[in-house]
Amino acid sequence: MRTILHSDCNNFYASVECVFSPELRGKPIAVCGDPSERHGIVLAKSDAAKKCGIKTGEAVWTARQKCPELIVVPPCGEKYVRFSHMMRDIYAEYSDHVEPFGLDESWLDVTGRDGMEIACSLRRRALKELGITLSVGVSFNKVFAKLGSDMHKPDATAVITPRNYKQKVWPMPACSLLFIGRATMHRLYAYGLNTIGDIVRADPESLHTLFGKNGDTLYAYAAGKDDAPVMPISETDDIKSVGNSTTPAFDICDYSDAGRILYLLCDSVAERMRKKHFRCRTVTLWLRDTQLQSFTRQMKLERPTDLSADLSRAALALLRESWAADRPLRSLGVQGGDLMDIRNGAQLSILPDPLASRQAVLEKTADQLHARFGAEALYRGVLLRQDHRLLRAAPDSSLAATNMAAVSGRQS
Amino acid sequence: MYLRTYVQVSAIFDENGVVTPVSISLRGKTYSIDRVLGKRPAPALKSGGQGIRYTVRIGSSETYLFLDAENRWFVEEKAADANSI
Repeated sequence: MRTILHSDCNNFYASVECVFSPELRGKPIAVCGDPSERHGIVLAKSDAAKKCGIKTGEAVWTARQKCPELIVVPPCGEKYVRFSHMMRDIYAEYSDHVEPFGLDESWLDVTGRDGMEIACSLRRRALKELGITLSVGVSFNKVFAKLGSDMHKPDATAVITPRNYKQKVWPMPACSLLFIGRATMHRLYAYGLNTIGDIVRADPESLHTLFGKNGDTLYAYAAGKDDAPVMPISETDDIKSVGNSTTPAFDICDYSDAGRILYLLCDSVAERMRKKHFRCRTVTLWLRDTQLQSFTRQMKLERPTDLSADLSRAALALLRESWAADRPLRSLGVQGGDLMDIRNGAQLSILPDPLASRQAVLEKTADQLHARFGAEALYRGVLLRQDHRLLRAAPDSSLAATNMAAVSGRQS
Repeated sequence: MYLRTYVQVSAIFDENGVVTPVSISLRGKTYSIDRVLGKRPAPALKSGGQGIRYTVRIGSSETYLFLDAENRWFVEEKAADANSI
């Protein structure tokens, strides 16, 4: 039987901020983006803020209504990435199979050793060396280990074994299972499947009929039959996708603005792919409306590409398919996935495409100009028709950039 | 209340890359480090911050000296002491 650990850094961003500002300890603090850039949402909060009912993802102004004495701290991504790397260095001393899940969570495969002892050692070291606390779940698969780390917070270990999982896991709400989003949660509740135990007791075939392949996965997860391996450290460093998203300072109400922003995003994504010697086979468009409802659409490309022209063509087609300009958009994102590393050789087309070759030369020349003279040395003509608010939405600009998957170690 | 006070440090870098601080300069005064008693990553619990924490003996007193991620050395100093100079 495997021994899998899931380690979750408690209130990660807020905890790191407290390490640098001890006077914040014990107070209600929230790490929030800048409201003037329309990034004013709660990214992380301390336990004291949590007690006031503040939730991750809510707007700063509603958080302040719930807790007038709330201390708002701006985020410092660099610091969080550094702490995350230090934490992963500690994990690597215990196992060569460490799979990160975001900056603050990781799975470790420590099969053959005492999981409880390692969990306690990890918690002790995180506190002693970094000043942060962990919740660690110990179990025989990844899904239950993750549930274990959610059970007791902060600074705790929970063990879920083949003997106790029916008592510990099955009474938990169905939505606590990994990968169950809001939509699936509502559907599960509509069918009366309120707990994880309800999912196991349901007929697997009915689940398949209702949820397709996801129904099979749901059943397997709930029944403790998840056999997904924890990836080795070397493989988790692999880049799975390259993407960018942005929340401009204005709502996007028509195709013309949306199109311009997509061009900017595609330029940035393509340039980064070329720099990393990748070509993508799929393009994903991510949209979020002003009600904060997000959705993604994906398209497979005819041939792998690292050209902005190909990405923007696909992204614009996806935009037309998925958005009727009937509701304003708040954020847009583009991601190239299913990457191919062209350092190992690229598949050549039987029929050469002179247009694509010319486009490649053009875009590589643009890369060189950007590298020598900066991002604003050369930009698309479509942007000249607009005021400078769009340039502020440029993903490469430091003014309004947010990475969607950046150079991510996992598929988003 | 404690402050994170950045200091100038003289250190020996040996042939294996091991760094050993030998003296600290603070506001024009140099303090010789008699002995390094310990070294490990740790948070600076009083002043805030995190880095490699050196436990050092200066004269008869023990104190912590931190080397942070930006290669800057700092000590935890009582706010009253810092203001009195």
